[in-house]
Amino acid sequence: MNTKRVLGTIGAVLLAGGVLAACSGTGKEEDASGTADSGFTYAVITHSGPGDAFWDRVKSGAEKAGKDYGATVEYNADPDPAKQAQLIDAAVASKSDGIVVSMANPDGLEESVKAAVAAGIPVVTINSGVDRSAEFGAITHIGQSESVAGEAVGERLKSEGLKKAICVIHEAGNVGLEERCKSSAGAFGAMENLQVDGTDDAAVQASVTSKLQADPDVDTVLTLGGQYAVDAVNAVGESGSDAKIATFDLSEDVVSNIEDGKILFAVDQQPYVQGFLGVTTLYLKSVNGNDVGGGQPINSGPAFVTKDNAAQVAEYAAKGTR
Amino acid sequence: MAAAVAEDERVSGSSGVTKVLKRPESGAMVAALVIFAWFSFTTDAFATSGGSSTWLLGSSTIGIMAVAVALLMIGGEFDLSAGAMTGFTGLLVGVLTTEYGLNIWVAILVALVLALAVGALNGVLVMKTGLPSFIVTLGTFFVLQGVDLAGTKALIGQVAIQGMSRVPFYDQPRVLFGSALHWGENGSVYASVFWWVAVTAVATWVLMRTRVGNWIFALGGAQGAARQVGVPVFRAKVGLFMTTAAAGWLVGMLTLFRTSTVQSNTGVGQEFIYIICAVVGGCLLTGGYGSAIGAAFGALIYGMVNQGIVYSGWDSNWLRTFLGAMLLGAVLLNEWVRRRAELAR
Repeated sequence: MNTKRVLGTIGAVLLAGGVLAACSGTGKEEDASGTADSGFTYAVITHSGPGDAFWDRVKSGAEKAGKDYGATVEYNADPDPAKQAQLIDAAVASKSDGIVVSMANPDGLEESVKAAVAAGIPVVTINSGVDRSAEFGAITHIGQSESVAGEAVGERLKSEGLKKAICVIHEAGNVGLEERCKSSAGAFGAMENLQVDGTDDAAVQASVTSKLQADPDVDTVLTLGGQYAVDAVNAVGESGSDAKIATFDLSEDVVSNIEDGKILFAVDQQPYVQGFLGVTTLYLKSVNGNDVGGGQPINSGPAFVTKDNAAQVAEYAAKGTR
Repeated sequence: MAAAVAEDERVSGSSGVTKVLKRPESGAMVAALVIFAWFSFTTDAFATSGGSSTWLLGSSTIGIMAVAVALLMIGGEFDLSAGAMTGFTGLLVGVLTTEYGLNIWVAILVALVLALAVGALNGVLVMKTGLPSFIVTLGTFFVLQGVDLAGTKALIGQVAIQGMSRVPFYDQPRVLFGSALHWGENGSVYASVFWWVAVTAVATWVLMRTRVGNWIFALGGAQGAARQVGVPVFRAKVGLFMTTAAAGWLVGMLTLFRTSTVQSNTGVGQEFIYIICAVVGGCLLTGGYGSAIGAAFGALIYGMVNQGIVYSGWDSNWLRTFLGAMLLGAVLLNEWVRRRAELAR
């Protein structure tokens, strides 16, 4: 008898708690940024998994732009293209003033993006999907071509005189990551892929360590995300190998490791720029009818971070914006 | 936990409403109504034609799996390979058609046959070894996950199916699996929603009105006793595992023909969501109790909350937390409704 009352109460409290958290959780609107509310709502929909440092920077950039322009920015993400398509449909249904979308798997999003454009909602693609962006009717694409960046990395590693590399793929089935490794290998030569579980840094470190111990000829570890470069630094230390490390994307720890000479260089595609410019492009469309980019993609990178310029980048990396 | 009470002439009859509330799915129905009302009143787009399309679509594929998994759970077993199976079948059709030019209908049939074979393997392993199905299907899940990634990569050199819509006759199966009826301002009811309703109806009919349904309840309730009264335990169990595999194939096809792509990580991590939906819908983890309609409502709750959070504009970093709290709330409400019904006279 009593249990039931308790259960009922707990249920009610939980639901109420969820509601309260929702009403007082984000604090985006109450934030006094000194800008009048322009009344626009933009949806940012990416293919990121939960807790990804790179995409957190995209989100920060998009939200900063929203705050600066007095617009509401709603960020949602799902790595599964079918679910990402549903999020785009949801943005259309709630009559967003514009949509920023990353297209890791353009085929899966084609119908939804085209439907959004058909409904008169401006769309900007960011990060990946540059080849299909214009075809789907997006204003422009903001990002870094994976193949261009990959080739640049491969060339640079080759010019360092390195011979045999592993490319660490931290998310199974991620199309963009596969593309990076493929184009890096194309420019570099002997490079093989290593699959690791990116949700578990200890496991990443262990996998790289085993690989380095199993194959002493490997002299280069290329990682595709900031935190995995740090795992690789630890793995190199653990395995007693003298392999060099290079990485795509930044984090605070990567910058300090570059300063210490433990990481050779990082390729920064400047995710903050992708989020910020994505929302900016939509805002310009809303207030002034501009089509930024003139039908061409806009490059957000690559910017190389090496020992020479790491100190300047460090302060922004510490803020979590680079 | 309440157990179904057999009607007995010595017990005074209860009112119609109470009888309905005593059903395993009643709590989920009430919770679904509450959640629907909540999001309809608090957001602009949730109950519009376009808005409802998104959460119906999201619920439908999860719902098909949840219903099949519910049957299996009533029969006293788990299937953790169900999620990876959806990706496996979609990838198989994609690879066979885009890479090897196999006729698309033949590829679809090949995928079904292979799915049924994996389902049968699950069932036979569980029955022959006596190991818990949790362990056996966890093994199958990992095997499939690896095949999805390594196999796809080895055969087509990438990890996602591309160019599916250029395959000859792509439009024929698309009518069956990926088409949509348009209504209202921008609403679409996708084929998967109709499949979901059909699968739920068939499963409910089997459970409630056929001998096989009685076998399923008996298997999960008391397997030894079931065997003694002549239930073909081995065949029924293997059949149940084949049913979840077939459902995995159906969802794989629905995903492939709606989005024209499947990735090697498609479906991984969904297996627990199916189980959660079945439990929200009144299934017990111990087997022998539950309902197919309940699982369909469980999936509806999951789909509505998932999209409702988006329409509410809540910070998506908290998505999983809200989802967990709402599901717990739904299960507790569910429990409370059923207990009240048990006590009512």
